[in-house]
Amino acid sequence: MIAEIGLAALWLSAALAVLQLLGGFAGARAADGVAPLSALVRPAATLQAFLCSIAFLSLVYLFAVTDLSVRLVAINSHSMKPMIFKLSGTWGNHEGSMLLWVTVMAMAGGLIALIERRLAERTMMATLAAQAFVALGFYAFLILSSNPFERLTEVPAEGNGLNPLLQDIGLAFHPPTLYIGYVGLSVAFSFAVGALLTRAVTPEFARVMRPWVLAAWIFLTIGITAGSYWAYYELGWGGWWFWDPVENASLMPWLAATALLHSASVLAARDALRTWTIMLGVIAFSMSMVGTFLVRSGILTSVHAFAVDPERGSFILGLLILYIGGALVIFALRANTIAEGERFSLVSREGALVVNNIALSAILGIVLLGTLYPLLTEAFDVRVSVGPPYFNPVGAIFFLPMVLVLMVGPLLRWRRDEFSRIIKPVALAGTIVLAVLVGVALLNDIGILSVLGLALAAGLAIASWAPLFKRALLRTPLAVWGMCLAHFGVAVALFGMAADSAFQKERLVAASVGDVVEVGPWTGRLDSVNALAGQNWTAMQANMMISYDGGPEREARPQSRNFWTPQMETSEVALLTRWNGQLYVAVGNQAEDGRWQLRLWWKPFVTFIWYGGLLIALGGALALVGRVIGDLRRRRYATDVDDHDELPLEPEVQPAS
Amino acid sequence: MTTGLKPKHQRLALLVVALLALIGATLLAVYALRDQASYFYVPADVAANPPEPGQAIRLGGMVETGSITTQADGVTVQFIVEDGEARVPVSYTGILPDLFVEGSGVVADGRMDANGTFVADNLLAKHDENYMPRELEGMTTAEMREEMQDTVSGSSQ
Repeated sequence: MIAEIGLAALWLSAALAVLQLLGGFAGARAADGVAPLSALVRPAATLQAFLCSIAFLSLVYLFAVTDLSVRLVAINSHSMKPMIFKLSGTWGNHEGSMLLWVTVMAMAGGLIALIERRLAERTMMATLAAQAFVALGFYAFLILSSNPFERLTEVPAEGNGLNPLLQDIGLAFHPPTLYIGYVGLSVAFSFAVGALLTRAVTPEFARVMRPWVLAAWIFLTIGITAGSYWAYYELGWGGWWFWDPVENASLMPWLAATALLHSASVLAARDALRTWTIMLGVIAFSMSMVGTFLVRSGILTSVHAFAVDPERGSFILGLLILYIGGALVIFALRANTIAEGERFSLVSREGALVVNNIALSAILGIVLLGTLYPLLTEAFDVRVSVGPPYFNPVGAIFFLPMVLVLMVGPLLRWRRDEFSRIIKPVALAGTIVLAVLVGVALLNDIGILSVLGLALAAGLAIASWAPLFKRALLRTPLAVWGMCLAHFGVAVALFGMAADSAFQKERLVAASVGDVVEVGPWTGRLDSVNALAGQNWTAMQANMMISYDGGPEREARPQSRNFWTPQMETSEVALLTRWNGQLYVAVGNQAEDGRWQLRLWWKPFVTFIWYGGLLIALGGALALVGRVIGDLRRRRYATDVDDHDELPLEPEVQPAS
Repeated sequence: MTTGLKPKHQRLALLVVALLALIGATLLAVYALRDQASYFYVPADVAANPPEPGQAIRLGGMVETGSITTQADGVTVQFIVEDGEARVPVSYTGILPDLFVEGSGVVADGRMDANGTFVADNLLAKHDENYMPRELEGMTTAEMREEMQDTVSGSSQ
């Protein structure tokens, strides 16, 4: 019954999307945005959000009670699984995750329909029509080829279980967070298409789009950070980024969204980079869809590729071509009708942001090429894999100079500036960079990328706060604080990455009970190894007492876990965290002579990578709050003042003079 | 300084700079890909056309039954990877992946040393039918069948 309700809600949502598309299109064709059906557009969008939520909650319920008559539950769940993993198992599979995708998309569409009133009605109608058009494709995909509510004629006695790697608390939050980010970018896409269709590429459009991009970007940032930490402790390989195609699939939309965020700032503040911003709006969501295609089509093997099904792959590929191709055609037809924006000097805030955009686009291109290259060569029957030896140095060629510009850019004024005006802070940052560069380079044996990373991180850590210098801090807009915090987060994360690769110590031993193992400043003793069992697994656990630099002993209990539904082994690492890094302990097999394999890594400052990621997201959140408050204030003024007049309180980021 | 330029020229200059950067990035990427991508070999390829020692490659095949030996340090293992046509000795120092067993499929990242031994940095073993190294897809059906039958865990205690 519940499954049927869910399916019916999905069909109704799809029907409403058709209505929204037709009404929105009619509205966009009318000069004032009002057409016979257009009054229904906003309610249709809102109702869809409601219906999709019902469909999604139905599926959650089916997983919670382990209703094995539903095919999806039987294949992916198991009655013996802990409750939290039954719930998170809802989206730990292809169909469920696609349902989550359309639910988030419907909610985003419903939200803009409900609260967005600043744009001209005609542009809004075009935007909502575009949103409905995109949503329709995914409804079709879900209902026609990935129905999550399909029943089985014969009910099995027990379910198949969930991939043990996915039975982790991180899974409960990681995919929804990323999906909100991915799908949130569909809003930017729809706004871009709407603005193109109605030729309304204005600073106002950028201001309306920006909070949505910002929100999606915050979720993407958190999702990527969490995903990286998950891979770090769950895979047991000691690394935090593997340049796995799936990781790249989440990084690419993030790069595009970061560029979009910055170019939207230029458009909002200075009415420049109009075409470019539209283009990025299209690219950002395209990258989300490319990512989905790569992950869900099964053309890449990974823990994320739930089902290898060529039919689904072709379906997503078709959607991809339809949406990206369609948007690019509209872009090609309309781009030349977008009037040119304001001019600016190369030495200006805009100039720096253009450099940022070019660098981000270049990195995006490099990651995209590296991700697709194995697929391209496979067409010629040559199998290759592309990993860190490609991505790290080639990406760094653009990333490190971008960090340099990042130190200077926020200090520059809009439109035109002179370097001589900001010479003091630049000299300070430059001195720090050089000092660290020389200092670290004197410690031998450290890779060039790590040295550069450490030096630039130190410089940026200081320079990121320079825009606050000489400002009345309490009256500084939240958006400026957010910018400084996010840029500081980049420095923190970069420091963590560089420090981890520069100073990491690794030790691999076969130890008998009672043996002492040393790695870096840590000393550990293997006290015992015992077996233990959980709800759906058994494990061998190594009990170690470990101390840092002769300090108090701490327990570390890494496990080698053996799941039986489905049959699989995973490594549960033990992590000892200090302010200055983490000790990472994994236990392996028992050798024939009875000794246990132990692998210990001392990873100085590795935690800074994720702290940095969180700071970046927090900075984005501050900026978002600042923007929303600014918008509300603007809306209040707008009743007295002409819409397009600037407020006395300019909310755009502007350096102190 | 571009402030003196006409708007059209400034736009053009920006466009040129952006294009140059992107073309530069592409060329760089293509050049690096040719150099840095590691090619996939099966033992027969290694025998027919040995890769340069030190060049990063991936080696995939079956772990020969009875070939796994552990060194005295307890963490270095040696085994033979074969594909029915040729055999390549492999040496790996580290914790063996789950389900790494004799007669099962494996993909190893690493390089050949001067003596013709493949030194692996990383091993990927078959986890289950949903998570198999993609490179193993080209194996003969007999080998595939053998692999599918293999459901025992390699290291349960």
